Amino acid sequence: MKKTYQIEVDCANCALKMEEAAKKVEGVQEATVSFMTQKMKVEFAESAEERAVMERVRSACKKVEDDCEIFLD
Amino acid sequence: MTKKQKKVFYRIIAAAVLMVMLHFVPAEGYLRLVLYLVPYLIIGYDILRKAALGILHGEVFDENFLMAVATVGAMLLGVYHEANGMEGEFAEGVAVMLFYQIGELFQAVAVGKSRRNISALMDIRPDYANIEGENGSLEQVDPDEVEVGTVIVVQPGEKIPIDGVVVEGSSTLNTSALTGESVPREVETGGEVISGCVNISGLLRIRTTREFGESTVSKILDLVENSSMKKARTENFITKFARYYTPAVCYSALALAIVPSVMNLLMGNPAGWSTWIIRALTFLVISCPCALVISIPLSFFGGIGGASACGILVKGSNYLEALALTRYVVFDKTGTLTRGVFQVTQVQVSPEFGRTVSAAPETAGIAEDGALVEKLPSARLVELAAYAESYSNHPISKSLREAYGQEIDMSKVSRVEETGGRGVSALVDGHTVAAGNFRLMESLGISYEKNVGIGTVVHVAVDGIYAGYILISDVIKEQSREAIAALKAAGVKKTVMLTGDGKKTAEHVAGLLQVDEVRSELLPGDKVEAVEILLAQKSGRENLAFVGDGINDAPVLSRADIGVAMGALGSDAAIEAADIVLMDDNPMKLALAIRISRKCLRIVYENIVFALGIKAVCLVLGAFGIANMWIAIFADVGVMVLAVLNAIRCLKVRP
Repeated sequence: MKKTYQIEVDCANCALKMEEAAKKVEGVQEATVSFMTQKMKVEFAESAEERAVMERVRSACKKVEDDCEIFLD
Repeated sequence: MTKKQKKVFYRIIAAAVLMVMLHFVPAEGYLRLVLYLVPYLIIGYDILRKAALGILHGEVFDENFLMAVATVGAMLLGVYHEANGMEGEFAEGVAVMLFYQIGELFQAVAVGKSRRNISALMDIRPDYANIEGENGSLEQVDPDEVEVGTVIVVQPGEKIPIDGVVVEGSSTLNTSALTGESVPREVETGGEVISGCVNISGLLRIRTTREFGESTVSKILDLVENSSMKKARTENFITKFARYYTPAVCYSALALAIVPSVMNLLMGNPAGWSTWIIRALTFLVISCPCALVISIPLSFFGGIGGASACGILVKGSNYLEALALTRYVVFDKTGTLTRGVFQVTQVQVSPEFGRTVSAAPETAGIAEDGALVEKLPSARLVELAAYAESYSNHPISKSLREAYGQEIDMSKVSRVEETGGRGVSALVDGHTVAAGNFRLMESLGISYEKNVGIGTVVHVAVDGIYAGYILISDVIKEQSREAIAALKAAGVKKTVMLTGDGKKTAEHVAGLLQVDEVRSELLPGDKVEAVEILLAQKSGRENLAFVGDGINDAPVLSRADIGVAMGALGSDAAIEAADIVLMDDNPMKLALAIRISRKCLRIVYENIVFALGIKAVCLVLGAFGIANMWIAIFADVGVMVLAVLNAIRCLKVRP
């Protein structure tokens, strides 16, 4: 299960940090962040609750870069 | 500028004005510190906050941390000087923060702008679809909401939002957004249209055949947007590099602050703490790796954006990078170097048949003005062959019908007998016509012309007498020869052509195009083998690209280092299977793609060498106390700005 989310992040390095943080979240199999297109692509682990996982991803990303935003809808 | 950027902009102005004013305020001692803290906090509060949050979350060693430590350090040093009765310097810390913010703002604006530029290049997303209401009024709806089978209206000047079939109207379409070429395409009722094209002349009513999400335009957009997610080796290298680099410079700075002073103390000299701390802080400012972290993805993204504006879709930075090392190019012949369309290229009439035609009454027709028109023997030959083959839908018979160019009256044809691998015989207008290859002629015991040109030959016999032959061949694209030469000029060592055609045809085409090597009479499976043999021959730093038209060659496309599909407009299979998609069928585009890739990589390496070089020099100068804070700011912000500007050049492509 793969999904792409619109994000808002100001610097390339911050995008990298978000990617690293998102990868470590439970329920995320693989995550890539593209600073250029301002998108985050997440591949969920099997039987993961998408919405809940993304909430966790968002708070994990806010921790490393508090200006960032992930739009969940 | 975005809202956020505007806010930073005003903060910069405010802080700069305050700085200039403070210069003229005759404050003394700690009052000056307090006064300077005002612009410092105005300009740097967010950096300090982020640095503090970073430390709390265990995320030290980022640029905010570097800047916070450097500027707070500079301020504390001023306090230390004041405490020791000297005049403290507070302006420097504020200035460092100010310039850092100016640099960041510039970079954010530049990156944002080029990001939008690139997106605009690729902006083929239609915003709406028109649906006709009952009273004839048009309603604009979100293309996502249009169901398959709905009739949509596309006015002149509008983009076609969804793939479909024209049910009414005819027009000319501009495909340049998809192909980069502005060759107009004619469509009329019954014709298929692809989303993303712009309707130029007439009103079209289109019955959609796909959902918006499945339409060509959505697929292409997805592909380009996802392309920056597949990271190039260079990008991954920089990520890894930054992971070790930042902590390394932080520890070096710490060592620089402590070790020399302690050594001095041990040797009984004055410690000189403040000197070494300043050097350490300068060192920290210089070391920031942002120039690389930003400019490299931007270069690749720019290259991909520039390429897509030319109708070349690159599915990832990694492929753009790999393309620069292309040394072997393997072409599938049909549809790639040749048009893949069979055409009648020669009609040869036998002398006997020529005489019968001139004598026979039915060869004369009545033209529109009532005059008797005699048909040429060759036209008659094509006509008979087309009639005889009229029940077959083999490409050969299709091209015969095309060459004949008139409606076929099926009632004139009877007793059609098809012999597999030979041809057909039929009764046409009372004549027995046999059309097929030499085996058919031999089986009928008819002597035939053996010395024929290159291509597929259809021998025709009428009433048991050899009437002549029709030569049908695949037409070589005009640009193919030039394309092979351009590839050679772009550094390709060897070009190879693979084909299922006979040896004679293959070698003839290869000779015309000056391809280095040709493998003929291959079955689809043999093509994979042929590519594998070539793959085994090349060395590791060389890449092999396979160019096909996406039909039946998916296994080869995925086996090659780089799979290139050509003429992919409207062919989903090709878009899925290939790494690089040339939207139109011009083979010259491959050489252009290689050039774009080379340019892009050159810029990436320039930036790596330039940024690391300047930083290395400045770091050494900083460590020895030669470079001051101002040089440090240049090494950080200036280098980043230059690297970003250089990266933007990737976007500009000269076709």
